[in-house]
Amino acid sequence: MEPTDIQDQGTSAEAPDTPVVDTTELVEEELLVEEISIDGMCGVY
Amino acid sequence: MTDLQIPPTPAPDNMVLSPVKQSGLGDQMKAGLDAPICLTWELTYACNLQCVHCLSSSGRRDPRELSTAEAEAVIDELERMQVFYINIGGGEPTIRPDFWHLVQYAVDHGVGVKFSTNGSQIDAAVAEKLAGMDYVDVQISIDGADAATNDEVRGEGSFATAVQAMEHLHDAGFGEFKISVVMTRHNIPQVDEFKAMADQYGAQLRLTRFRPSGRGADSWHELHPTDQQQRDLYHWLLNRPDVLTGDSFFHLSALGEALPGLNLCGAGRVVCLIDPLGDVYACPFVLHDEFLAGSVRDEGGFQKVWQESDLFLELREPQSAGACASCGHFDACQGGCMAAKFFTGIPLDGPDPECVLGHGEALVEAADQALRPVGQDHSRPTPVKFLGRK
Amino acid sequence: MDFDASRPYRLHERVALRPEPFGALAYHYGNRRLNFLRAPELVTLVETLADHDTPRAAFDAAGIESRRWPSFEKALASLAASDFLVAT
Repeated sequence: MEPTDIQDQGTSAEAPDTPVVDTTELVEEELLVEEISIDGMCGVY
Repeated sequence: MTDLQIPPTPAPDNMVLSPVKQSGLGDQMKAGLDAPICLTWELTYACNLQCVHCLSSSGRRDPRELSTAEAEAVIDELERMQVFYINIGGGEPTIRPDFWHLVQYAVDHGVGVKFSTNGSQIDAAVAEKLAGMDYVDVQISIDGADAATNDEVRGEGSFATAVQAMEHLHDAGFGEFKISVVMTRHNIPQVDEFKAMADQYGAQLRLTRFRPSGRGADSWHELHPTDQQQRDLYHWLLNRPDVLTGDSFFHLSALGEALPGLNLCGAGRVVCLIDPLGDVYACPFVLHDEFLAGSVRDEGGFQKVWQESDLFLELREPQSAGACASCGHFDACQGGCMAAKFFTGIPLDGPDPECVLGHGEALVEAADQALRPVGQDHSRPTPVKFLGRK
Repeated sequence: MDFDASRPYRLHERVALRPEPFGALAYHYGNRRLNFLRAPELVTLVETLADHDTPRAAFDAAGIESRRWPSFEKALASLAASDFLVAT
């Protein structure tokens, strides 16, 4: 949904019926899971 | 958005991930949550010990303590709010007559419990009972790796009592209980011994920051770590990711790589304190009217205090760097600990008294200690007097 | 336990999910671990994983854009690594 976030490297922007030589696509990773220790917040003892 | 940028069929195997650019979790935590993730609940101000630096100035039971029914009602609220885990402390929580009932009530209602104790009530039978309980963690407090160092702060015989409790827990097969130490000038040199003790008992070591809170204010100037000790401790912790800290050394993150944790002050945002009377404070280290948000006895109970109190809403506003704005390290240290600043009588919008760059020193020197804020005092008439080193 | 994208997965029964503005908090009562799920779509996925034969089938059903699948797979893998998800 955010094409500006996608960095296209090596994929030519041709029409769908043109054979694609290099299909590698660089996609920005989203860090969707982060673990914090239940002990990792200040203000408890 | 053009069709040409979307492959005709999904081909995720041909995708290479480039590094993450994303706002930190910390920013979302600073804005607060609908319920605390964790909180501390001091069940009683009564205590059989009189530790020199007690953060809650405990000793005497306050007659206005929450009743068993009131405490159950708080637990019901925590369950509704889905608070996963609470730290029960005091005073010495195990000397409250309904302690075991409340712990069981909490776990039965989906609230995990860790309780912090000096170990005086943990005999072999209690240890067996604990070993059979699920969702209950135990934390034994000591402040020295030997009786001499420990008892100077916690009173004669307290080290032996704590070690005996550890033996009982170990023998009962409890598993990983926690050993928690408040780091001072006298015990920082003993860090390796603390680690060895934890390893010996199959326990997790936890080191936390000494703050000038409660009775701690009286000895803070003599007992708080030196600059060099802070640096040594930081590097020691970096090399030992299995040692817990409760994120209490986030002010040291200005020294370099951040220690594990959220690395920010959780007070009023992800944690808070419920005191024995049902008063709700931003955290256990600021038991003072200035940081009192409300009471569980008010209409709307704990939930209303957490979600709507003026104090907590204020703490969830973006905080300016204040006097630290010109320092390049503010992002790492967040200006340090509110409690440490408050009880040393220095401005809250400035550096931590133990700022690793030394920006707090002059402020502490300049502050008139006679005018610094003082919290409530629940001490018994004859607390352990800190005699200092000869 | 290594994540196997060809197997169906489900949420561990001892994991509680608590919705938050950023997604959800996930707490495992058994191992005391705490994970932040930083996208609402991830929360939906985790809740519906058990209804599908593979994680990718779940992504598809949830309408997640394919360019985001690697990130979501990585997320599920890390949840499986901390025992929040179990292979059925």
